[in-house]
Amino acid sequence: MASGNRGIGISKNRCQAALLRPVETATAANPPGSSGRGRSPVISLAAASPRAKVAFAPTRRPQPSDSSMAFLTNRKTQPEYDVIVVGSGAAGGISAYVLAMAGMKVLMLEAGRNYDPQSETPMFQTPEQAPLRDAPTPQKPFGFYDATVDGGWTVPGEPYTSAPGTDFMWWRTRMLGGRTNHWGRISLRMGPYDFQPRERDGLGLDWPITYNDLSPYYDRTERLIGVYGSNEGLENTPDSPPGVLQPPPAPRAYELLVQKHCRPLGIPVIPSRLAILTQLLDADSLSQQLHPGNPNARFLADHMRTRAACFYATDCGRGCSIRANFQSTTVLIPPALATGNLDVLTDAMVREVAIDRSGKATGVHYIDKTTRRDCRARARVVVLAASGCESARILLNSRSALFPDGLANSSGNVGRYLMDTVGAKVIGQIPALENVPPHNEDGASAMHMYMPWWLYGEQLAGRLDFPRGYHIEFHGGRRMPKAGIFDGLAALTGGSYGQRFKEDCRRYYGSFVTFSGRGEMIPNDNCYCEIDPDRVDQWGIPVLRFHWKWDSHELNQARHMHGAFAAIIEAMGGKTVSPVHAGDGARAIYRPGEIIHEVGTTCMGADSASSVLNSFCQAWEVPNLFVTDGGPFVSNADKNPTLSIMALAWRSCDYLTERLKQGDL
Amino acid sequence: MTRPDSPTNFGRLDRRSALRWFTAAAAGAGAALPLRLSSQEEGLTEGILEPPPSQPTGSLADPNLLDPTVPWERILSETELQTAAALSDVILPNDGGSPAASEVHVPDFLDEWVSAPFPVQLADREIIRGGLAWINTEAYRRFEALFAELSPEQQSAICDDIAHAPAAAPEFRFAAEFFNRFRELAATGYYTSTAGWQDLGYSGNIPLPRFDGPPQEVLRHLGLAGD
Repeated sequence: MASGNRGIGISKNRCQAALLRPVETATAANPPGSSGRGRSPVISLAAASPRAKVAFAPTRRPQPSDSSMAFLTNRKTQPEYDVIVVGSGAAGGISAYVLAMAGMKVLMLEAGRNYDPQSETPMFQTPEQAPLRDAPTPQKPFGFYDATVDGGWTVPGEPYTSAPGTDFMWWRTRMLGGRTNHWGRISLRMGPYDFQPRERDGLGLDWPITYNDLSPYYDRTERLIGVYGSNEGLENTPDSPPGVLQPPPAPRAYELLVQKHCRPLGIPVIPSRLAILTQLLDADSLSQQLHPGNPNARFLADHMRTRAACFYATDCGRGCSIRANFQSTTVLIPPALATGNLDVLTDAMVREVAIDRSGKATGVHYIDKTTRRDCRARARVVVLAASGCESARILLNSRSALFPDGLANSSGNVGRYLMDTVGAKVIGQIPALENVPPHNEDGASAMHMYMPWWLYGEQLAGRLDFPRGYHIEFHGGRRMPKAGIFDGLAALTGGSYGQRFKEDCRRYYGSFVTFSGRGEMIPNDNCYCEIDPDRVDQWGIPVLRFHWKWDSHELNQARHMHGAFAAIIEAMGGKTVSPVHAGDGARAIYRPGEIIHEVGTTCMGADSASSVLNSFCQAWEVPNLFVTDGGPFVSNADKNPTLSIMALAWRSCDYLTERLKQGDL
Repeated sequence: MTRPDSPTNFGRLDRRSALRWFTAAAAGAGAALPLRLSSQEEGLTEGILEPPPSQPTGSLADPNLLDPTVPWERILSETELQTAAALSDVILPNDGGSPAASEVHVPDFLDEWVSAPFPVQLADREIIRGGLAWINTEAYRRFEALFAELSPEQQSAICDDIAHAPAAAPEFRFAAEFFNRFRELAATGYYTSTAGWQDLGYSGNIPLPRFDGPPQEVLRHLGLAGD
């Protein structure tokens, strides 16, 4: 997801939460008017959340094991585990979940604090109740209510550095569940082309697996987390099997208008795919499909019954106390804990993988942040799921006589092939959307519709000057007015004030549409991270230094995005109200890292000379070491990576379990 | 948006957070002892006996989202607040259908904003305080009274000169920049209020059983009915 920008009439949109069962709604509302004056939000705040919770609690009460206020087991760590999972976000959550369900004894280590979405999520709180009306600050770059703890582009006491000329941005958070608590919930499958891109255009690298290897795990992941969307049969935009997806929500007014005007341009506008429930999960059936014959399936079923469906209010980026959207903390960790097979330690910052004399991993060293002491945990297998860059950092910091350049790094590829997503955006003002009759357009907070890449044929025929595709995310409508809502409006109003200004605000409210491109970047030799020899963080751990240089592939793509968005806005009879750089990709493109899709750094491959991991995300040099986050990615298709991270991690953990049971690790 | 390398200043714990920190540290240290004894082979293994709380530390990077506080002092003087109230009411007057800016505490929001210790707000502080002083000076120069004391016609006479930056005379260039930013901030304060939401017709932030898409009258307005 991209950072929010102050822009005319537009607030950054992130996804959204949950629905509900029809009877329960009316009384639960905390209408926007009820929340009182300027600055004593306490009462309405305290009231809003519990009321919502009570009203939407599913019929069956949560089981003690998964209602889980504290997500932590209150046991000491065991002397030894089957598997240590480093990280608790998308990758760590799914890894721990799959392994715990399979009966492995798992210890999860999270560098941030314990976090409970049920008691901490500000559902229905208004900008009026927040400092600076929820505007971004350096400590909360996506706004006050964003579900990011001690994070953003900086983490207190945990710096990173950049080589001269590099302006990489690295979003982290220090909380249980990691970035899944606030993420965009966009869940697009990579397609067949995306796994073998080099075969198609001779650039980048091919994955050692195909779409067919991963598609069963996409099916499972979508069933487990709940994804709304549709099957459209479009090129390299895979369908899901019947019955897997949840129904998409109805399009909003501006989405229908965009769809109408994109039709003559040949741009498909179809239901988006987001990890948000639009109906209750069929817990009994799904749990049996996902874990046939596994007695632990009941823990999943019990937990699925605690999830409500979206009630089309409040921003998904705040997290979701009714568990309608996917967060590791609401979907994966609770059932994993319920099995009794998972221990979780928070405030545990892993710095190094421990090895024995034979070069096998024996566990990890971590800093207990509450005591600032160096600690050690032991396991038969170590799974790094700390995010691509953080896992690479751990490997590079795991130096020893056996592995002088860092663990699993004899290929020299740890840290290399770092990729982000190409981002660019243009905002349009659409006269047709002025003075639209008032109606509630909140919806599922994020987009109900999007445009998948539509020019595969043109590209193959060599008619475009960039080799890979992008999809378009677009946002607009009569959404919750937030800080900066009318910044820049003077350019349209001629500087009105007084009565006329109020009329202008009413007229222009909801008439802006932001088009954002999300495009594939091809890995190159100039984009990587390494250990900065001159700097450690407050825990004494050497920090990462980033290097970055866009290639013309990306810059030309960003240029094309701007041109395409301007064309759509023009077709709608609107005008652009943000700069259009259709001739200058370097000015159109977002900063590296800014889309927060950093992947690569521990690439998988067909052989140990050219890759860090094999096709099951197992380190070539250390068989009982796996990396299951975005690090193994060999390419970074325009499809947002989270869903693929989870599918890939699930596949790796199935393999891990099998090997472990057979005594191969 | 910050640059990654820029120094940040989260560090100072308030008293409450500090107490919590020390309590947690003490609990952790106490718990560590038996565990260390039980795992002497490693000598490093350590654990906790109680789950740590899932609650914010209260720092700027981990604020309590359910009980927000503004941890900085307001800085605007009484005169500045009066001037801000007068000017924000000129920009956003009571028009019968919706209240004036000062009626929904926009001056207090402006005070909160320009008092904040972050780069955007510090830049605005300079513009807004300078502008508020300028507009009183200008009011005195023209009419020998504070801006808040002027008649509506006199206030408009000044505002008309600075309301639209591209059209402003060179001597009003700064004032026009001030006016534009003041108007933006006043609009933020106004339209994020309950009354502002109502004035715009924003009716969301309430749970719905279904999302049915736009009503027919909206589709007709957009020429989409029957599509």
